[in-house]
Amino acid sequence: MTDMDGPETPRRRAPQMTQITGPQMPQMAQMQDRGASSVIGKPRRRVDGRAKVTGQTRFADDLMLPRMLHCKLLRSSVPHARIVRIDTAPAAAHPGVHLVLTGEAFPVAYGVLPVSHDEHALCRDKVRFVGDPVAAVIARDEATAAEAVDLIQVEYEPLRTFASPDDSLAHPDPRIHEYGDAGNVHKAVSLQFGDVETAIGGADHVFDDVFFFEGSTHLPIEQHATVAARDPDGKLVVWSSTQTPHYLHRALAKALQMPAAHIRVIATPNGGGFGGKSDPFNHEVVVARAALMLDRPVKICLTREEVFYCHRGRHPVLMRFRTGVTREGRITGVDLQTLLDGGAYGSYGVASTFYTGALQTVTYDIPAYRFRGCRVFTNKPPCGPKRGHGTPQGRFGQEVQLDKIAERLQMDPADLRLNIIAPPDSLTANYLRIGTIGLAECIRQVVSSSGWKDKFGKLPRGRGVGLACSSYLSGAGLPINWNDLPHSGVQLKLDRSGGVTAFCGATEIGQGSDDVLVATVAEVLGIEPFDIRAVTGDTDLTPVDLGSYSSRVTLMMGNAAIEAATRARDLLAQAVSRTLEIPIERVTFRDRRVFDHDAPERGVTFQEAVCMAEAQFGTIGTTGSYTPPKSPAKFKGGGVGPSPTYSYTAAVVEVDVDPDTGWMVVPRVWIAHDIGRSLNPTLVRGQVEGGVYMGLGEALMEEQAFRRLPSRLSNALVHKFPSMLEYKSPTFLEMPEVHTDLIESMDPAGPFGAKEVGQGPLLPIMPALANAVYDAVGVRIDEIPVTPEKILKALQLKAAGKPARVGPASFPENVPWPEALMVKPPWEGGDGRASNEPVKKSTRRAEAGVEATAGVKP
Amino acid sequence: MATESEPGAKVRLALAVNGEPVEALVDGYKTLLEVLREDLQLTGTKHGCELGECGACAVLVDGEPVLSCLALAVECGGRTVETVEGLQANGALHPLQDAFADLGGAQCGYCTPGILVTAKALLDRNAEPTRDAIKEALAGNLCRCTGYLQIIEAVEQAAATLRGRR
Repeated sequence: MTDMDGPETPRRRAPQMTQITGPQMPQMAQMQDRGASSVIGKPRRRVDGRAKVTGQTRFADDLMLPRMLHCKLLRSSVPHARIVRIDTAPAAAHPGVHLVLTGEAFPVAYGVLPVSHDEHALCRDKVRFVGDPVAAVIARDEATAAEAVDLIQVEYEPLRTFASPDDSLAHPDPRIHEYGDAGNVHKAVSLQFGDVETAIGGADHVFDDVFFFEGSTHLPIEQHATVAARDPDGKLVVWSSTQTPHYLHRALAKALQMPAAHIRVIATPNGGGFGGKSDPFNHEVVVARAALMLDRPVKICLTREEVFYCHRGRHPVLMRFRTGVTREGRITGVDLQTLLDGGAYGSYGVASTFYTGALQTVTYDIPAYRFRGCRVFTNKPPCGPKRGHGTPQGRFGQEVQLDKIAERLQMDPADLRLNIIAPPDSLTANYLRIGTIGLAECIRQVVSSSGWKDKFGKLPRGRGVGLACSSYLSGAGLPINWNDLPHSGVQLKLDRSGGVTAFCGATEIGQGSDDVLVATVAEVLGIEPFDIRAVTGDTDLTPVDLGSYSSRVTLMMGNAAIEAATRARDLLAQAVSRTLEIPIERVTFRDRRVFDHDAPERGVTFQEAVCMAEAQFGTIGTTGSYTPPKSPAKFKGGGVGPSPTYSYTAAVVEVDVDPDTGWMVVPRVWIAHDIGRSLNPTLVRGQVEGGVYMGLGEALMEEQAFRRLPSRLSNALVHKFPSMLEYKSPTFLEMPEVHTDLIESMDPAGPFGAKEVGQGPLLPIMPALANAVYDAVGVRIDEIPVTPEKILKALQLKAAGKPARVGPASFPENVPWPEALMVKPPWEGGDGRASNEPVKKSTRRAEAGVEATAGVKP
Repeated sequence: MATESEPGAKVRLALAVNGEPVEALVDGYKTLLEVLREDLQLTGTKHGCELGECGACAVLVDGEPVLSCLALAVECGGRTVETVEGLQANGALHPLQDAFADLGGAQCGYCTPGILVTAKALLDRNAEPTRDAIKEALAGNLCRCTGYLQIIEAVEQAAATLRGRR
């Protein structure tokens, strides 16, 4: 798969820069003996493009089945309370109602992480936030179900509400959950790599900054929807707008106490995901149970308000960065603390906690590092993974602090970063293995394209530019349920029609995973993408792929697809070689033909080649699978952060700030992304621009914020604005011009050299915006979002001779940090293990490393 | 045409959808969106909020973009309605559809039907819209995937294609 030859491997080759508007085709090493690339790297209509522009893509709510019933949920109106009594009788008696369910029907807890199985499909003993589901009505239509839901009476015994991490740290009782590290602390972790105090103490300068990143939500335009039914043979089938059919499959088997083999989960194309459809959801479990009980199809489609309650979005994070630097601007050590407001359930939160501190070292050379992260429960909708999962918050703090460091050292922020980029092909202090790094090229590219040197510090007052960088995973190195199984599998079926079907559990959420699957197979077999049918996201029909999260699909599914397609090609090549008497090494696949490389007229059509192979070998089916390399991190917590390779991004954001009002406009963004290899530049550009867009939304306006109802009402803690009108997100009018460059570093770990693009390009936008505001008007907004109100406040402070900064004042002293696990960095002779961690009997567990991703037996 | 009726009773509705006359007996409380999706099985039109906030449900009523989640179906009696299913002609995609598919104008595709018909209404009255005019026309349609720029380029390309056909 990576038979890249030549004395200079791609790993050492300097990354090449490719303008996406006119892609220059890098040599395709894998296939060079079989002809030039015909599909990969060319801008192309995606295979599902026609369906999407004709309205024929079938989203979950578009499914209408005969005899289908409809489900509505009753959600808690109070933030934290014991359920004393539920009276469902009036609802059950309502005409048209078929079934009313409460928590009694759902005794078994589930959750996405094995360490956080803390959810029941309907609340049993208590409710934990306004919006927590308490009961379900299944009726002949939505209107009837909604009427009946209103008839259900619930008596609550209120409990203390925890509205903020400060509340949760100060009051261990009553506990929101009966598990967790202490009181209302869900998780507190502490990791140390090298003697960080000495490293910081010996620095020429020490920077100590506190930042805050507000929570935000995914806001996919499609509301979550699910249809469940019994198959004619009695088994359960569930169609759902899920990014992770495999995890939903597991959760349904557990929550319903059914064999997984008797459940079929079909992920319908998602109308936007961004991480918000990655958890198994209560509504999915509820309609599955109802369909089994009633033996009729049952559908639920959430209202927009309910989507805000599902959430699992960006964690609000308070963070403190203590960083030592030399006078030349090199980092001597970083001491990072993060405090995450987790909301009411675990979700992916343990992983999110580790992610706030995992990837800093992948971007910059940090010789000594301490990370402490704490996630607390509060009475709000649960937070989880949103595009960038846990890393944008820490990235914001680090990149704004680097801007402050550059200013103090009187260095250009771009030059400062160029001097401290982590080395390629290296192990970081926290044992993450870095492959290729195109970050220097990314920085040089945006410096050049933006005219940075003529703008930074030189624009008139009110206008400014800011720069920031980032890195991101190309797929999580460890699975959520730790085991030795492949992370992605692909099966191919070829037959005498000449048709090829590619089966994979990967889930199309708009990112183009079906297109990647088809394009990789087409490239290897020398046929057109349109010749291939993709069957994806169906646990009955397709081999497991873990899902569309952690930017893993292109790399993992792509490698599995190449393996399966290469095996099919080998069978066809053998058959053609034998039949036409062509030396096998000369058999070439291109333009829907299989022929002699040295005498192209000697050959057959692709269809004839399949027939020859079918005649010689029988039915043609091949498989491919992908498992990431083992991580060298052996300490507990080391399972979050490893990836087969990392993407890199640099961005320059320009702002225009009105110093009288604080109002600001972003006219232009320049961004360069190390994509490894661009498989379909049209889709890659869409991911980059979509990331810039979503980053600007977070930087400027998006807030998943809460308020108390007036005390004359219930005083309940409620979502401030669970509607699309008031939860502001950028429209066509706010979107700036974006200049995108792709850097092709040809990573040997990626399919045809490709890395991820779905998440990384979002990350530098928020800090680059904040840095640009400083360049424009000389005030520091050390929290996200950066709003006109905050700018105006900072300008007023500045005018009054006070520090021109708006941001959090301090980091709490009362976080119950555990004793740090002490891990020697590789350059100090470390072996990836913690010196003070008890050696476990089970090496499998120890190898697995992290609690977040290890846990239940497979 | 809608007729007077008891609350909860079905209402006879006659209108033209995508060039074809349609008659249906619908619940009087239903929105145009609900009637299109649930009674006429035209599920190409989507919904993202059902409160008039996102633009996903846009359809053309008498040629003008209307948020079908805010329009009562009975108000549309006797009028012409155009949805994404009606954009194709003679078995060929509309130039807007081709351009969106070719240029990355649709990622997840969920907001796409509403944006396509809104863009069509723009091009029907303005053959050469400026970039600002395109943004203004589509400002009520939210898209969370694309960052909008490839959509704008697709509308520009479709406009050029349509001008070339004249």
